[in-house]
Amino acid sequence: MVMKKYDAIIIGAGHNGLTNAAYLAKAGLDVVVVEKNDYIGGASTSREMHEGWVYSSASYVCSMLRQAIHRDLNLTKHGLILVPYLGTVNFGDDGSTLVDYPNEEAAYLELKRHSPHDADAMHRFQADLARYAQFIRKTLLRTPPDPTSLRPRDIRELMFLGKQFWALGEKEMYEYVRFFTMSAADFLEDYFENGLVKAAMSSAGIIGTALGVFSPGSAYILLHHVMGDVDGNIGAWGLARGGMGAISNAIAGAMQEHGGELRTNAGVSQVLVKNGKASGVVLESGEELYSGIVVSNLDAKRTFTKIMDRKDLPPGIFEKAEQFKIRGSSGKVNIALSALPKFKGLPDNRYIDRGGQGFTGSLETMERAYDCWKRGRWSDDPFVESVIPSAWDPTVAPPGKHWMSNFIQYCPPTLADGPWTPGERDRFGQAVVDKIERYSPGFKDLIVHMEVRTPHELEQEIGLTEGNIFQGELTIDQLLFNRPFPGYAQYRMPVKNLYMCGSSTHPGGGVSAACGANAAREILMDLKRPNTVPEDDFYDE
Amino acid sequence: MNTAEKYADERLMRSHFHPREAAWNVRDAWASWNGYKFAECYYDAEYEYFCVRNSCATYDICPMQKYYVQGRDAEAMLNRMVTRDISKLPLDRVTYVVWCTDQGRMVDDGTIFKLADDRFMLTCGSPCGAWLKMSAFGFSDVTVTDMSDHIAALSLQGPTSCAVLKKMGLHGIDSAKPFDIRHFPFHGDTLMVSRTGFTGDLGYELWVNPELALQMWDELYAAGADYNIQPFGEEATNMARLEAGFIMPGMEFNEALKTIHFEHDQTPFELNLGWLVDFNKPHFNGRNALLKEKERGPKYTLTRLDIEGNKPAEHSYLYSNKRCTREIGYVTSAMWSPAVKANIALAMVKTDCLEGEIWAEIYYEKELRQYNKAARCSVMKKPFWAPARARATPPPDY
Ligand SMILES: Cc1cc2nc3c(=O)[nH]c(=O)nc-3n(C[C@H](O)[C@H](O)[C@H](O)COP(=O)(O)OP(=O)(O)OC[C@H]3O[C@@H](n4cnc5c(N)ncnc54)[C@H](O)[C@@H]3O)c2cc1C
Repeated sequence: MVMKKYDAIIIGAGHNGLTNAAYLAKAGLDVVVVEKNDYIGGASTSREMHEGWVYSSASYVCSMLRQAIHRDLNLTKHGLILVPYLGTVNFGDDGSTLVDYPNEEAAYLELKRHSPHDADAMHRFQADLARYAQFIRKTLLRTPPDPTSLRPRDIRELMFLGKQFWALGEKEMYEYVRFFTMSAADFLEDYFENGLVKAAMSSAGIIGTALGVFSPGSAYILLHHVMGDVDGNIGAWGLARGGMGAISNAIAGAMQEHGGELRTNAGVSQVLVKNGKASGVVLESGEELYSGIVVSNLDAKRTFTKIMDRKDLPPGIFEKAEQFKIRGSSGKVNIALSALPKFKGLPDNRYIDRGGQGFTGSLETMERAYDCWKRGRWSDDPFVESVIPSAWDPTVAPPGKHWMSNFIQYCPPTLADGPWTPGERDRFGQAVVDKIERYSPGFKDLIVHMEVRTPHELEQEIGLTEGNIFQGELTIDQLLFNRPFPGYAQYRMPVKNLYMCGSSTHPGGGVSAACGANAAREILMDLKRPNTVPEDDFYDE
Repeated sequence: MNTAEKYADERLMRSHFHPREAAWNVRDAWASWNGYKFAECYYDAEYEYFCVRNSCATYDICPMQKYYVQGRDAEAMLNRMVTRDISKLPLDRVTYVVWCTDQGRMVDDGTIFKLADDRFMLTCGSPCGAWLKMSAFGFSDVTVTDMSDHIAALSLQGPTSCAVLKKMGLHGIDSAKPFDIRHFPFHGDTLMVSRTGFTGDLGYELWVNPELALQMWDELYAAGADYNIQPFGEEATNMARLEAGFIMPGMEFNEALKTIHFEHDQTPFELNLGWLVDFNKPHFNGRNALLKEKERGPKYTLTRLDIEGNKPAEHSYLYSNKRCTREIGYVTSAMWSPAVKANIALAMVKTDCLEGEIWAEIYYEKELRQYNKAARCSVMKKPFWAPARARATPPPDY
């Protein structure tokens, strides 16, 4: 019997693996996606963990998803609706609250109540951020150039970057370089005086990151979180109707429409390499699948240290992968509630319920939480970023009941005194609940069910090494042409016919579908097939 | 001195739902419609639009014009006025109609509700009492009553709308098919519910005695509390109707009776509403002209466009070449569709140019500077937004 040979096997049905497969299938390739779990989506998934409640188990809000891909793959037809959510309320240590109202005037007045100075400064801050974001946004759906290469395409792309950079103007060019190495706190110090305003603005600088608000590099993370948009509103975040799984499901729908195949419960134990070329995979069941091309949606460390034979790799790659910075720092607590919680210090304004909650405290509180992480502990007073999608999404909880997503910074990948145990995990969850209870008396009584995810669970379930939510930290040494490793930023890996398409590659973590799409473009180029990947569309063109 | 009194005659009327709407209107954003104070938006137009697409929201249709047409000749009279054959319209059904001048130019569009064999309700966007009177000429047993101010009406639209009406106690509403009418006892009176709307989504319209208007609002909002019910205004309506491909007077068509310039009004064929014109029924207003138009083919055809890029093609001219030198039409309504994630528009395109390339010259502003660009347009055969739930009976709960 002649074994079937696919054109491409994609390892992992994360949203990037699915996007990659969709574009390869659209180009006419015979593709199969093999996923270890019995569900798809990886960190962009919706799961019914308690009857009637659908959690976005990992990622929970969307703003980076490339609109051009949404449109091109017709994800709306495949069931995806993205809805911007109303602004976030930040809670200060002293009981004060700061609401980021969706209405500009209202937001200004609210800031003014805290600090007239900061209300004015916000305009400059937002203009500056938008300018920085504009630059980085333009790189998202492009393959990073290799700065050491003289190939025309690399030179063209370098020139593109240069041109965009020059367009910032001289002063901003200096600022920009500073920006990549600054801490979020220092960056904000230039603009604001009010403690809660600074804390609120800085929180985006630590999400998913093993850095504190005072650590150099956190300013860029802040930018990474505001460069997205919903329908052109840069910095806005949205929710997917039905949870983040709706994104992966829609991409999978498009992929299947183009003839791609999807296999769940099909974990890969080994990438087959023959004569220096990737030629297929061995599944955990022992079954072998063959293909001309193998694409890994796994993070770089996992790909090279877990499912590849060290002997198949050129010297130095295994070590590079081992050293890839991928420290886990975040936890996730999903809570089913019997009613909408009420928070202290807030007016009875229904629209505030329909935004997010930032249990921010202050810069100092956030830094203390980071100190705990450094010592291998969780904090009793962590930074928690929450949202209650059920307040407008009727599909994720029964009528009148609610689902609250809580993202926690920080949570260590392993504890100082040993590995995570179910007991420790639950104690971590309890610390989070205790914190929310302080801001919402009676909160505990509303809890119907809870799912607690530490980096340990994230690694076990989604395969994110050390539970790092971005498949590798977003620091300058691991960004753009350095991602995942210098010299391998163009999705081609050190073994021929092996590619990577996950968040370990440019432009990094987040539900953007950009990594998967960019990798598809490179693969199609190597196969001399017409490109099926669209160019990005910009509101700021 | 009481200034309110002084200017009383110039002030807008208040809808039967005004007390509740005023409380919801956080932005004090009021426009007007047929003499009524009417919300542009209540909180945030885009948020309201998303309530229509994701949960449910209400739209005040008190200002919409409503006429009872009654008597033995009511059906014959309406059938002579509108282009569609309504003689086969069953009891408790609604149908969408247009009516034209003798020249076949469109006066208005609206809906006809058959409430009894000799009783119909006609609804439309602008007042048309005079036209109705003229149309009744020659019929002995027909009376037209303007009910506009005497019926309180509220449109409830969105995926959870059926669930909310069920919760409100309207048993059996889930068996109503699109365009069905149901009657429910309501505090000694009747609440009429039709499965109709202007959003292209699942939705209903509620019709009630004005004295019960606030009571109905309160009961509806109590039932809808767990379903994220929210009022929506004109801006959100305009977004939803455009996605559904519905036409608006003053946008897609210029009402014939208000048109000064020759053929600056439209025929139903131009508006892609040829399916509403029934030449097999007895004579109706505009028939001869429309027959000719049908044979000749309309000069322009209302077309759905998907336009590259994301700058709305508002007020754009259309061309058959990228250099924008050969003009072939104009955009009537345009927007970025947040649900579909596409740059959509309705446009009047010269019928004989529909097969070729279509380019829109788009104008936009960026920090006080004007830009323009040519964007390729593709013709969409289907409505931009047409979810299955809008047609399903029984509809899903969300
Ligand atoms: C808790 C958390 C919160 C987050 N919040 C947000 C947010 O709100 N917004 C946002 O934009 N981003 C967020 N992120 C980041 C974002 O979710 C990820 O960057 C993104 O989803 C990664 O997608 P991916 O396709 O690159 O990889 P992944 O989603 O990691 O997909 C990898 C896939 O490979 C599978 N796999 C692993 N090993 C094997 C194997 N051996 N064989 C077969 N399959 C295998 C996994 O099961 C998984 O399905 C969050 C992440 C986490 C973890």
